[in-house]
Amino acid sequence: MEEKALLSPKDAVAEALIHLCETDDRTVVLNADISSCVGLHDFTSRFPERAYNLGVAEQDLVLTAAGMALVGKIPYAVSYASFLAGRAYDAMRNAVAMPNLPVRFVAVCAGITAGEEGAAYQALEDIALMRALPKMTVLVPADFQSTRRLLLNSLSWNGPLYIRLGCIPLPQLYGTDDDGFPVGGGRLLREGKSVTICACGIMVHEAMKAAAVLARQGIEAEVIDCYSIKPLPVMLIQSSLRRTGCCVVAEEHNIIGGLGSAVAEIAATTCPIPIRFVGVEDRFGQSGSSEELQEYYALTHQHIVSAAAQVWPLRRR
Amino acid sequence: MKCDRAKKLEQIALEVRKDLVRMASVTGMKYLSSSLSMADLIVYIYWEVMNLRPEEPNWPNRDRLVLSKGHACPTLYVALAHRGFFSREELWNYNKLGSMLQGHIEMCRTPGVDAGSGSLGLGLGIANGIALGLRCAGIKSRVFCILGDGELQEGSFWESALTSASHKLSNVYAVIDRNAAQSEGPTEEIKALEPLDEKLESFGWQVFHANGHDFASLHQAFQAMLSIDGPAALIASTKTGQGVPMMEKNQPLIRTAIARDEMSQALTELEEMSRNGNEG
Repeated sequence: MEEKALLSPKDAVAEALIHLCETDDRTVVLNADISSCVGLHDFTSRFPERAYNLGVAEQDLVLTAAGMALVGKIPYAVSYASFLAGRAYDAMRNAVAMPNLPVRFVAVCAGITAGEEGAAYQALEDIALMRALPKMTVLVPADFQSTRRLLLNSLSWNGPLYIRLGCIPLPQLYGTDDDGFPVGGGRLLREGKSVTICACGIMVHEAMKAAAVLARQGIEAEVIDCYSIKPLPVMLIQSSLRRTGCCVVAEEHNIIGGLGSAVAEIAATTCPIPIRFVGVEDRFGQSGSSEELQEYYALTHQHIVSAAAQVWPLRRR
Repeated sequence: MKCDRAKKLEQIALEVRKDLVRMASVTGMKYLSSSLSMADLIVYIYWEVMNLRPEEPNWPNRDRLVLSKGHACPTLYVALAHRGFFSREELWNYNKLGSMLQGHIEMCRTPGVDAGSGSLGLGLGIANGIALGLRCAGIKSRVFCILGDGELQEGSFWESALTSASHKLSNVYAVIDRNAAQSEGPTEEIKALEPLDEKLESFGWQVFHANGHDFASLHQAFQAMLSIDGPAALIASTKTGQGVPMMEKNQPLIRTAIARDEMSQALTELEEMSRNGNEG
């Protein structure tokens, strides 16, 4: 892995939005009073006519974006994951997903990366909510570059899209010229024949660390960055599961309804194999640094290692 | 408004109400009372106000209408059919499997509708977004949003009411069907809205009043409202079940349906009321 400055997925938003506005004059950017959090000030001064702050009103943010999409705009609606997917769910469902409008929801400070803000801010069920919405696309990138590319690629995507972004600095997994991130794709980050590790968001980094530890124990882990939760890269996952015969899914989200459930649905219907889930065990979050919370909620590479060690002897040969 | 024009609109409204009664008896539609209270408003807006091209439903310069009180969509469907957006025969398939006319509006299925609805309190926000988008595109069209009064109890409406005013959306017009009824009874007993005009004014809106069943009154109010820059709201006083005595008796319950064998009685009552009105 190349050594580069630490940047969070959220850090990719402002610059990507500027690029999107330069590229396509249908692009507009709406936010619910979080310009500073996302660093939108440059954007707002460059494109004052295309930047809207709807105030502390997430439902109205979504509805206004829906209305703009109805007259041909491509709105990017930016807010905290917790209040977007939670509070504005009904507006997303009725005003955006049902009519299949091209609104892009940029959900920041998702999950435990909201850290000290505590449980109210820590959306740990947003992937489940969004994944269950027909027509909604759900993306959870793991680093700055994949976030940037996915935001840029989202411009031409048909229908609504939810991109879930953490806000803690992370090492970069991908090079600055890497643009292999189609919506619906996934990345095989490490090949191995013993166990498949599917991960998204910050847990991709933990999965890579876990794979290194497992290798020392003679277990060759295959790591897939499942940045596209819906549509899921089904072929990539299936072929890996068939090779390894067992799987660990790691996500910084409730184990109910997220990536784990998505992978299990594929496995159960096409190649039944044992799976272990590393995620938040159906609990709310709490205040703490994100490192502390990762440890407290069992979201570290050690937990992936244990899960892999448990599932590997049960693998289907 | 010229007297013969008002008479003409009354005639159209009668035909709209008759089709609503037919729809209710044929399809088991549950929201007849609420649909009837909005009938004259829809007729006035669709025949006197809106700039439309039924042969080109997606004409970019058309005026837009967002029906926020989605349960009363049968009235909109009848108006669209009579204005030629689709065949009147579609009305009898309302809320049936595969129908173009869903129980609540799904915009992708129905020509002539500008937004979906169903979850109450969402329409004004969508109307605002349309207005902002039109402003970006330099299109001068107007955006109307028809709201029920019960749905003004939804917080999302007031979020959006703030947006209309703070973004100075001069082409946004809210039309409130003030029938004073919601599913469980009178609005003022369940969760009082009055003084509604003062509430809206304090949110930065200009407010107009009209009798929602009198075309001369509607004409006067719309003339005044459309001559100023919005956001502006028209509070139209209406009555649930208006025009069909057997429905009026049931008010303020707005979900009441009509049985198939009551259809001819209801149609006769409508015809009689219209004749009496014309003679008077």
